[in-house]
Amino acid sequence: MIELDLEKSLFGPEGRMKLTVSCQINEGELVGLYGPSGAGKSSVLRMISGLMKPDAGTLRVSGESWFDREQGVNLKPQKRNMGMVFQEYSLFPNMTVRENLEFALEKGQDPGIVSEMLERVGLEKLEAKKPMVLSGGQKQRVALARAMVRKPGILLLDEPLSALDMKMRGRLQEYIVQFHKDYALTTLLVSHDASEIRRMAERILVLENGQFSFDGEPSQFFGH
Amino acid sequence: MDFSPFYLTFKLALFTSLILFLLGIPLAYWLAYSKYRIKYAVEAIVSLPLVLPPTVLGFYLLLAFSPENAVGAFLDDFFDLRLVFTFPGLVVASVIYSMPFMVQPLRSGFTSIPKAWLDTAQTLGKGRWLTLSRVLLPNMKNSLLSAGVLSFAHTVGEFGVVLMVGGNIPEETRVISVAIYNEVEAMNYGQANTYSLLLIGFSFMVLLITYWVNHDKNRVLGYD
Repeated sequence: MIELDLEKSLFGPEGRMKLTVSCQINEGELVGLYGPSGAGKSSVLRMISGLMKPDAGTLRVSGESWFDREQGVNLKPQKRNMGMVFQEYSLFPNMTVRENLEFALEKGQDPGIVSEMLERVGLEKLEAKKPMVLSGGQKQRVALARAMVRKPGILLLDEPLSALDMKMRGRLQEYIVQFHKDYALTTLLVSHDASEIRRMAERILVLENGQFSFDGEPSQFFGH
Repeated sequence: MDFSPFYLTFKLALFTSLILFLLGIPLAYWLAYSKYRIKYAVEAIVSLPLVLPPTVLGFYLLLAFSPENAVGAFLDDFFDLRLVFTFPGLVVASVIYSMPFMVQPLRSGFTSIPKAWLDTAQTLGKGRWLTLSRVLLPNMKNSLLSAGVLSFAHTVGEFGVVLMVGGNIPEETRVISVAIYNEVEAMNYGQANTYSLLLIGFSFMVLLITYWVNHDKNRVLGYD
């Protein structure tokens, strides 16, 4: 379970903005984080991943403290059991597809996971290619597979599909849902695409003016 | 013809470039990513040799290295190292003098790497050293090449600093630029001409190959 109660002062499109977010996300949930651009959705993800340091509050994951301002706890991203996928793929161009995944291996980890993940996203035939020659959808599949190599408990997806065309989106959505189920992940998906959230998420958190304004089922929020 | 000035020059340029790589990579990394404001002062100090006459630097190094002063006396007493009018002294002076030619291209290289790659490496559990060696440096080969060539070529072209710190001792500190000056002083224009033409030819070839390699690499990567 993710127990989150965080504060962060941000510079948004309309000047300084205070982000005050508090929620509990149960193990195995696929939660959509929805809201207008500049609302701070990505910042919530970055605070969970440890890439952004909150100003105050606490963050506990499965009982373990990841951040606690008062106790002086701030686990490094490297120590947090999570995987993250970014909108811009963020593949390393000097490495092949396989090497991108191998880079994620932990010391002593069974390298068999690399082939397993490549197979799952259907890219085993492209494993020797450099990312530059891949299509957008293929790149994002590599990024997804790479984020899964360390077998994270939490998967953080920061608008992973917004640069793709509709057909590709559909396929990627299926891959993500499948990963979520098969590896018993707790998944947070940032998106500003209502249909995407309706299709994938079982719960939606709406972020507006720096706070969660809605927490419930997507159908309740968007209507049927 | 006496080739020792050439040998000495290339030995000096090689030592200087290698030492500069060791010092320049961590320094440029810090300048590129540090949030401390003091980095602007450090950057200004590193860049001073670009604007100062070489004689200013040479003069102060000469004073500092002199066994009659604190630094020189310390090196003399504890390490039995004399830096005035010796080859090691030339290396130290060249390292300081050519520092901006190493640090500036490397700093640009580091800042040209997308921030998302650094974030991704962190979320994949990798620390600074692995990120530097596996992601950053391999993706800034052009900057590494430019930094190496510029430092090497700039050291080959030094005159003021080496004359001040090293003097004009055959096979010890008489590098090619000093040897040419020496021949002109002695009215041996023929010899000065030969040295100069060889130096022009060498410098031209180095720059030609650098631009060629850089261009080819850009073409392969699709930048050009």
